[in-house]
Amino acid sequence: MLSSSHKTKIHSYPPHSLMDNLHRKPLAQLAHLFRAGEVSSREITDAFIAQIELQDKKINAFVTTTFDEAREMADAADARRKNDTLASSIDGMPIALKDVICTRECKTTASSNMLKHFQSPYDATVWSKLKKAGAVLLGKTNTDEFTMGSSTQTSAFGTTKNPHDLKRVAGGSSGGSAAAVAAGMCAGALGTDTNGSIRHPAHFCGVTGLKVSYGRVSRWGVMPMASSLDTIGPLAQTAEDCALLLEQMAGADPKDSTTPPENVPTYSEKLEQSLGNLKVGVPRKFLDTFAEKIDPEVSRILESAEAQLRSLGAKIVDIDLPHAQYAVPAYYIIAPGEISANMARYDGLRFGEGKKGKDLQDMYHKTRHDGFGDEVKRRILIGTYVLSAGYSDQFYRQAQKVRTLIRQDFDSAWEDVDAILSPVSPTPAFKIGENLEDPVKMYLEDFFLSPSSLAGICGISVPSGKSKTGLPIGMQIVGPAFEEARILRIAHQMQQQSSS
Amino acid sequence: MTKKISTDDILHLADLAKLRLTPSEAAAFAPQLTGILKFVGELQKVKTKKVEETSQVTGLQNVSRRDEIFPFDAEIELLECSPHPTKQKSIRIPRIL
Repeated sequence: MLSSSHKTKIHSYPPHSLMDNLHRKPLAQLAHLFRAGEVSSREITDAFIAQIELQDKKINAFVTTTFDEAREMADAADARRKNDTLASSIDGMPIALKDVICTRECKTTASSNMLKHFQSPYDATVWSKLKKAGAVLLGKTNTDEFTMGSSTQTSAFGTTKNPHDLKRVAGGSSGGSAAAVAAGMCAGALGTDTNGSIRHPAHFCGVTGLKVSYGRVSRWGVMPMASSLDTIGPLAQTAEDCALLLEQMAGADPKDSTTPPENVPTYSEKLEQSLGNLKVGVPRKFLDTFAEKIDPEVSRILESAEAQLRSLGAKIVDIDLPHAQYAVPAYYIIAPGEISANMARYDGLRFGEGKKGKDLQDMYHKTRHDGFGDEVKRRILIGTYVLSAGYSDQFYRQAQKVRTLIRQDFDSAWEDVDAILSPVSPTPAFKIGENLEDPVKMYLEDFFLSPSSLAGICGISVPSGKSKTGLPIGMQIVGPAFEEARILRIAHQMQQQSSS
Repeated sequence: MTKKISTDDILHLADLAKLRLTPSEAAAFAPQLTGILKFVGELQKVKTKKVEETSQVTGLQNVSRRDEIFPFDAEIELLECSPHPTKQKSIRIPRIL
């Protein structure tokens, strides 16, 4: 437990009247003001609630809000502050959770009709940990149905709009979480990233989003999509905010046997070391294979990110990732295979919407036909095909071998560089309705995200500029497994320099 | 090299996945699946003769724990998750046999 005099390294912020735009201050600053007794958790929470009530009809970031519970949790945090028994450096901070993270406070729907009334009897480990650390729950955010998509358009409860341009998508699948942070509706949010689903909407919405290494954060209580790939991570305004959330979320969990016993550093205390002597790789050949699809604005921002890293003391090195171009096709074999297995549990018997039928088989078929949307059905069909006898060698086992080659490419790269810089996606946010007519077109959004996903390593999307028409563009920094501290530090140094 | 997926192929896959589709729904999925399989078929180009598969990235093996019992305090809530009637901590479902 921390006393209210616990110091987190705080940077100079421009002077504000305290109540001005409380909902626009980064989490780290809010936490500092709260601990110093200058603003209460209740005031902060009410500010976010007011913003949600004002903006969310237009944006549709939230599936469920928990305002009563939030106010109670905020009051409890205020009581702890008064008694000098604060639970952590994020005590009292209002956050939102992607609606695949189970919470006892309210339903968890996966943005699917299949689970539209589902009330979990237990909390996900990640939520349990954050709750113990004093976080305040504002609500659950919209996602592509069962996190399958790159635009939050496959949600059964409507698309989430991009706060920077309501005619454009927020990205996906954690579009609700990214939009909630971007629109000042929460101090931070959690998303999941299986193949870019945190990094992609973070880039589209102009916020910071961290994909952790596979196994860094427990998946227990988080509805699974692809079990060898799923990760849970923070989205917030800054890398520092993400670090504060991550140090409370991360760690081995006996309930998730894929979480290695790796130490959890105090990430927020590892941000200040300069980038001198750091080598950052740019995979030029890989970028060139996709050259004609990359928006010139994205290329321009990539160049300026390279220049910025050089000015911070890093060296930019050309590297080769020879098999990275095969990551998207490999992903769209491996993930649907795992998806088809994970979706088998939705049979309408133990949870979810169950349909009546003339017998058990009829019930299963009706429940699954009615409960799942098209993208989910598509992926179940592909997964069933690529795992079936006669095809699994050609597709699934071949994809798992290509996955090994992609991992080996990164292992070789780490001998020469400490981190890798690339775009997050080929363009800024596209218009609602685009890329829907051809599933493959949407899958290509993942081109720069799939390689690191398959390798199970970490990556962060850092807001790095805007297009000429004012759309956010983020850049991705990828690091080796369990080197979140390194990529958070790089992102933080870039953000410190940009804001000065 | 990839075959063209027919409506019947989709209906068969859907049946395997207990996901009944109408013939017109299946007809809509068929060309999409053909397209996706053609796209992922690119992987055939990659030489993988001596390469081992990656099933999981952590390298963990045989993770075990002591066989201890912990009480679970939400039995009733758990049963209430089911859309079917319950009786004596069981869920009533149609006959299987």
